[in-house]
Amino acid sequence: MSNEHKHDNQDVESHDHELGHIVPFKIYVTIFSSLIALTILTVVVAKAPIFHFGNTINLIVAMLLASVKAGLVSLFFMHLKYENPITWMYVFFPIFLLFIMMAGIFIDNPMRTLP
Amino acid sequence: MSTPTTSNAIESGPPHVHHMDAPTAYHAAKLGMWLFLATEVLLFGGLFTAFALYRYVYFAEFQAASVNLDWRMGALNTAFLIFSSFTAALAMDAAQHGDNAKVRRNILITLACGVVFLVVKYFEYKGKVAYGLFPYGVKGFENFLFVGALCLAIGASGVVIFTHNAKLKIPTILASIALVVAFYFLKGSIATISFDLANLFPFGHAHHPETKMVFNSPEFNTAYKSYFGLYYCMTGLHALHVILGMGILFWVYLKALNNRFSANYYTPVELGALYWHLVDLIWIYLFPLLYLVG
Repeated sequence: MSNEHKHDNQDVESHDHELGHIVPFKIYVTIFSSLIALTILTVVVAKAPIFHFGNTINLIVAMLLASVKAGLVSLFFMHLKYENPITWMYVFFPIFLLFIMMAGIFIDNPMRTLP
Repeated sequence: MSTPTTSNAIESGPPHVHHMDAPTAYHAAKLGMWLFLATEVLLFGGLFTAFALYRYVYFAEFQAASVNLDWRMGALNTAFLIFSSFTAALAMDAAQHGDNAKVRRNILITLACGVVFLVVKYFEYKGKVAYGLFPYGVKGFENFLFVGALCLAIGASGVVIFTHNAKLKIPTILASIALVVAFYFLKGSIATISFDLANLFPFGHAHHPETKMVFNSPEFNTAYKSYFGLYYCMTGLHALHVILGMGILFWVYLKALNNRFSANYYTPVELGALYWHLVDLIWIYLFPLLYLVG
């Protein structure tokens, strides 16, 4: 299956006069197996009693693992690794806005009960 | 170059676009797709923010409510979505090599995974309704399905009105109206028949007798309603995205049937796959948040 990738010029950088980057089949398989492994890890950390460090820490660990998985999907499956800086800006700007919204709400809400 | 030709001509090359050469059109389309994905991130981001805030405010109730979700079903669905994302990436890879048969095969696997995802999701919802955890029980669920059909119909009609494909407009709008009318009059029987079918299988709900209470009872307070309300909103909106993504991938499949894709034209496969990966990404965050840490 991966034989036909050999005769593709993979050295060509993706710029405006070329189409998208071709990713080797091996990378897709590696990313898929890593995603499944990370899913199993997420379940084990959340469910096994020895990994119960407290709800907040477990939430942070689960969200960090989810973010690693999201990173793998976006970088390799969605070819973000090979995209130009403008696309990267389109990815980071909404996340930044989301961060502002969450930060604002979490700064506001606990303050309301203060005297 | 600037002569307008119909975009559904059967030829293995990029469609002609005004004032643009093919690579520019490709990059413009992809950038537009990423911009749309950014709006999707913000759409779900609002719900995630609401979930985070209410989890902080009603921490104990959220912990108690989340045991009513079966994490095994969530894990199964995660595996199916990750695998479908993998095959969507392979479809895109096949399109880059101009192999239309492989595009079709991978898209069919992706669509099958999408169907399995929705079936598993339906069993979960059935369990919630059966144990009285859905607002207004079966009646409420009927309306939930109707709102979903209405959203799909409005969305599909809205998209098709602004496309250049004149042949698709009237059939899609008629099909949307038919879908809404059918759901309005048949929503009762659709829910009942599908529940009778689903009751043949004994799974779908992690039933915890100690938390047994029903949605519209007094002890099911605002905190529990927040949890389940957010659960139905988030997973329901996500399921709507799965259905929409399947529709887009089916459209890509039809194009692959006509051998439309080649090494210098595969924009629809890439954009469809990007949308499907986003659906997968959102589920990657939803699964631990709703099923595991509560």
